[in-house]
Amino acid sequence: MSRPKPIVIVGASAAGLSAAQTLRGRGYDGLLTLIGDEQQLPYDRPPLSKQILAGTWTPDKIVLASDAGLDKLDAELLLGRSAVGLDVAERGVVLDGGQRIDFDALIIATGVVPRRLPGAGLAGVHLLRTLDDALSLRAHLLGRPRVVVVGAGFLGTEIAAVARGMGLDVTLVDPRPAPMQPQLGDRIGAVVADLHTDHGTSLRCSVGVRRFIAAATRVTGVELTDGSVLDADLVVLAVGASPAVGWLAGSGLPLGDGVQCDAHCRVAPQIYAAGDVASWYNNHFHTRMRVEHRVNATEQAMAVAGNLLGDNRAYAPVPYFWSDQYDARIQAYGIFPPEAEMTVLQGDLASRRFVASYSHHGTVVGVLGWNSPRELRALRQLVVDRAPSSPPM
Amino acid sequence: MKVIIDQSKCIGSGQCVLSAAEVFDQRDEDGIVTLLNADPPPELHEAVRHAAAVCPALAITVREQP
Repeated sequence: MSRPKPIVIVGASAAGLSAAQTLRGRGYDGLLTLIGDEQQLPYDRPPLSKQILAGTWTPDKIVLASDAGLDKLDAELLLGRSAVGLDVAERGVVLDGGQRIDFDALIIATGVVPRRLPGAGLAGVHLLRTLDDALSLRAHLLGRPRVVVVGAGFLGTEIAAVARGMGLDVTLVDPRPAPMQPQLGDRIGAVVADLHTDHGTSLRCSVGVRRFIAAATRVTGVELTDGSVLDADLVVLAVGASPAVGWLAGSGLPLGDGVQCDAHCRVAPQIYAAGDVASWYNNHFHTRMRVEHRVNATEQAMAVAGNLLGDNRAYAPVPYFWSDQYDARIQAYGIFPPEAEMTVLQGDLASRRFVASYSHHGTVVGVLGWNSPRELRALRQLVVDRAPSSPPM
Repeated sequence: MKVIIDQSKCIGSGQCVLSAAEVFDQRDEDGIVTLLNADPPPELHEAVRHAAAVCPALAITVREQP
């Protein structure tokens, strides 16, 4: 008789850990192996660009599981190890160094890797994905550099807000017409732009980066596509991230923008994906999606663990996300397609306290609140109910 | 079961209220969590565990008691 094989989870961040916790919490008592490519015990990422970068929290506050909690998990924890290959037919994961771990079932939760631009290797150019990245960036911000943040999505806007909150000279650059415009549309993008400008951050929108200017190997400036040059002592690249699927090339699994799963988050028999890396068909919105937000990492991992244990349930959530910038807390439920029509339901944009709905094909698909958490939660039901587009209240 | 909340970590997502409205609420002014019942009855335990698991701010701790 062959040895029993574990459920293997590749990725030991929020999704991977949640999957492991759910399996144990629901009574799975077989072997469990959790593989993570960072040395640190699992930690929470959203505070990296907020409280950790600002220095208001220390890293002990973002630990995802206590030592006791990890002990209780009764899992083999392989940290600082990367998966480099997957053998679907013979059911094994290959690690760096060549070690092979056979599995009975596999959960892919490898997340995303930040995109880079040419010149990203210069001294003074930072990325922010890991705790080490955040601590290093904070240490350098304390030297009071002139800062250029490239990319005005969730991460870039939050980093700019923190750096500006430290009193630094900050410029935020993005080729789109406004910050967060691809995520939230033109009108909310304009409100985000005003927020940053009012707090003293310089905005350079509708213009891209041509190249980094360096003295020897250290960055000294950023040349934009309109020919202008921004002097900089420190540059942060926040130009998005790509699903970490390089190790799956050649596995035969369908890959595109992430691991291409079905509505149950399954990609092959007994192989599932969860979190930032997973693309799946969301029946609620009748569309394929991949979500890089914190709540989804947990909820999708719980759904995947449940399906591994026989739930046989489609994962059809209403996604949630939030962003903290200066005194603004932006929260949203649902999806925000570029062609959706935005309607302010309560409050007004100028007061920066409002709730808006986003409608697509005559149905409310998203609601967004700006400093309006309770009001937003009540209106989430519009998305759950696929309410018809409504005029302002 | 004993439920503990950390308002300094809460981001006002309201996920806990969606999971267990009998146990959690949000302050009117900023949406920060408030606790309605720190010792909820057994029929709410599963919902409270779910609330703790999905809280994006890790602001809810559940102490299971024998």
